[in-house]
Amino acid sequence: MTDLDALVKDAPEKEAPAPILLPPAMLLSRVAENVYWAGRYLERAEGTARLVKTHTELFVDLPRSVGIGWSPLLAVTGSEEAFHDGYDRVTEDDVVAFLLASTDNFGSVVASLDQARENLRITRGLLPRRMWEVVNETRQWVQVSAVAGCARGNRMMWTEEVIRRCHTVVGTAASTMSRDLTYAFLEIGRLVERADMTSRVLDVQTGILMRSGRDLPQPYRDLTWMAMLRSVGAEQMYRRQMGGVISAGAAIQFLLHDQAFPRSVEYCLTEASRQLRDLPNHDAALAAGHDAHGLLAAVWPSEVDLDGIHRFVDDLQLALGRLHGVLAASYFPNGPAADPQPA
Amino acid sequence: MTEPTSIASDPAWAGYAAPGWDEMLGPDEPRPGCAGVMTYLERLGDGLVGRQEAAELAIASMGISFTVYAEKGNIDRAWPFDVIPRVIDLHEWQRVAEGLVQRLQALNLFIGDLYGDAKVLADGIVPAEIVLGSPNHRPECVGVTPPKGTWAHISGSDLVRGSDGVFRVLEDNLRVPSGVAYMLENRQISKRVFADAFRSLDILPVDGYPIALQRMLASLTPRPGDVPVIAVLTPGIHNSAYFEHAFLASQMGALLVEGGDLVVGDDDVCRVRTVGGLVRVDVIYRRVDDLFLDPEVFRPDSLLGVPGLMRSWRRGKVAIANAPGAGVADDKVVYAYVPELIRYYLGEEPKLASVPTYVCLDDDHRRYVLDHLTELVVKPANESGGTGIYIGTQASAEETDQIRRAVTAEPRNWIAQPVVELSTAPTLCDDVPAPRHVDLRPFILSGERPYVTNGGLTRVALREGSLVVNSSQGGGSKDTWIVDPDVTVGPPGPPVQTQVQGSGV
Repeated sequence: MTDLDALVKDAPEKEAPAPILLPPAMLLSRVAENVYWAGRYLERAEGTARLVKTHTELFVDLPRSVGIGWSPLLAVTGSEEAFHDGYDRVTEDDVVAFLLASTDNFGSVVASLDQARENLRITRGLLPRRMWEVVNETRQWVQVSAVAGCARGNRMMWTEEVIRRCHTVVGTAASTMSRDLTYAFLEIGRLVERADMTSRVLDVQTGILMRSGRDLPQPYRDLTWMAMLRSVGAEQMYRRQMGGVISAGAAIQFLLHDQAFPRSVEYCLTEASRQLRDLPNHDAALAAGHDAHGLLAAVWPSEVDLDGIHRFVDDLQLALGRLHGVLAASYFPNGPAADPQPA
Repeated sequence: MTEPTSIASDPAWAGYAAPGWDEMLGPDEPRPGCAGVMTYLERLGDGLVGRQEAAELAIASMGISFTVYAEKGNIDRAWPFDVIPRVIDLHEWQRVAEGLVQRLQALNLFIGDLYGDAKVLADGIVPAEIVLGSPNHRPECVGVTPPKGTWAHISGSDLVRGSDGVFRVLEDNLRVPSGVAYMLENRQISKRVFADAFRSLDILPVDGYPIALQRMLASLTPRPGDVPVIAVLTPGIHNSAYFEHAFLASQMGALLVEGGDLVVGDDDVCRVRTVGGLVRVDVIYRRVDDLFLDPEVFRPDSLLGVPGLMRSWRRGKVAIANAPGAGVADDKVVYAYVPELIRYYLGEEPKLASVPTYVCLDDDHRRYVLDHLTELVVKPANESGGTGIYIGTQASAEETDQIRRAVTAEPRNWIAQPVVELSTAPTLCDDVPAPRHVDLRPFILSGERPYVTNGGLTRVALREGSLVVNSSQGGGSKDTWIVDPDVTVGPPGPPVQTQVQGSGV
């Protein structure tokens, strides 16, 4: 018997401290779906605002003769059809209003924030209160300011403010939320949406810039490739990574394969897989994530290969769609997981 | 009727004249407990308007809202809040709280008795036809003994003060009383805009409620010893009280579930669908009405319910608060018998007054009611939110005829009471304090140790002369301050400048 044992033995019997009882960490299927969509809508609002901003910058920089027009924005956001339901001609005013302020366009900044708010309102108790407050304030603010924000004179400031506010929301989550299942679904939603956005920007912009860029003098050609980087917020990090080199091939490589830049397709898919691994019963979801990731390995355009990029982006869209389907089936209500099975 | 009251020392308050009992100002001086607050408000002067604006800004940014059902879809409105607090003397409040606890004890014994041996009916204390004919009487509950014999775990009783200054219970809400989240949020807002007052006055805190609620719910678990899984069952985002459901779930660390999230298996155990599979639920704080709890038992067409939930509850596999069937005791006809029930079950005199009530089913009472319709308030027995109420003093001849026919046709459905002149409290109207009618809804938890909120939710009729305080009908709300008048902290002076000490001499 050691002294310590003796000490313990002789010590007066103390009341055992009450165990700290915590309910098991749980996330309702329905709530998981809400949080996932909130992540997607927030990312979509930010991405769309940035897209409009950078396209406007490019548009005013380029000579009138180039005539890049405004239809690329519709192509990137996949909303050509919806746009033409309401408008005959593609004009700056209409396209910008459609993407920023329209309540008819499901993917506009105003509609995305509205839906993000609705999803977060349902789940407000689970997320940091400040996060909900910022989304709520932002949604109120965009509703009153969006129409004025579309005007070219206000557009830069308005879109920048949207981006800043989205960052506040995401930053609040990043700095105050526990890394639990709720956070995982928020992140997965954001990453899927962002991989989708980056790949579409790449697809559409490459095509357009390649075609119209051939006739441009060199400084303008560089400008257009920088604009593509800028439209996913990649310009500064690209410059740091690549030094002063600006080339179409390097820009495309960066957006596809850079491992450190958080908006590259590579990063989004790697990070999504990491989050998927933390989910319960994750085999199917992880496999779908790997499938999407696998597509990247096959696309290494050394020269600008328009067809190759286009095919890749098509395949990636399908793979992301499948990933979403697996998430819905495995975790969201009304999927197979909802069958009553005692756990 | 008391004389109109006014205090003339401040121009903003000079014109303040209450028609009856005022909560803040007596004929000559502030009511007990109100002196410090009045001094504070007077010093603020015009600054009060700025505080009101700050409060509204806080409400918008915090997203405190309630849902208005409208023809063109539901609207999410900002919570209407008046910045001037309603103040109650601590000593008076302690007496009220004792009365509420006594009342809930009797009501819980009554419900248990009704679904058990029904001695109260055999002894003729309450006519059987009144209870058994109530639409809130659930034959499905007969023979069930819920945990600890409690049926109405959470209740909210509406209190009013007439021109005599006496607090009276106007009605009991034993089904799914709402408003407690707004009580808590109101305090958050007034702490934000009146931080200086909270430093200098002794105002009782209100934020112990969610913890008390969580403890009470946890004590009902059918699996003592294990960590209970508690769920708040909400009808969903479109319900007018959804904000509150989410708020309470969050504050308690409980799950917020809808009917579709829950399943009851063949083993009668209730489980919730999570991303990790099905997990057992022990306690449900339900915020849906009885009839939408379980389509197997009640409404087969209901999408809100959980098939098998009643089965699970009856077998003791899950606790439900409030218990199904508890609403039988908040029937407005039963209300008339509560003083008698207190004497019957507890052998005590009621500590809290109630409003004299005529039961139209009783022949003598009905005759009196029909003879005095223009002086009385006639209420349907089973409506809430102020719908269907007839106020004799304000009714047209046609409305009086209508109510006469309705009472004669179905006397069981109606009660009548004298008009209670609600007391007033100063309320900012067009930037000037003006008297507006108020009521008060405290919340009572009937657990191992009863719990009464420090104050409650004060609702205020914002329209001059109006007695309708329901937020769905243009009512507002106030923070309610229980103040100890014996603690002389003194009114706040100008802000104290803290001296910054230099390090050198």
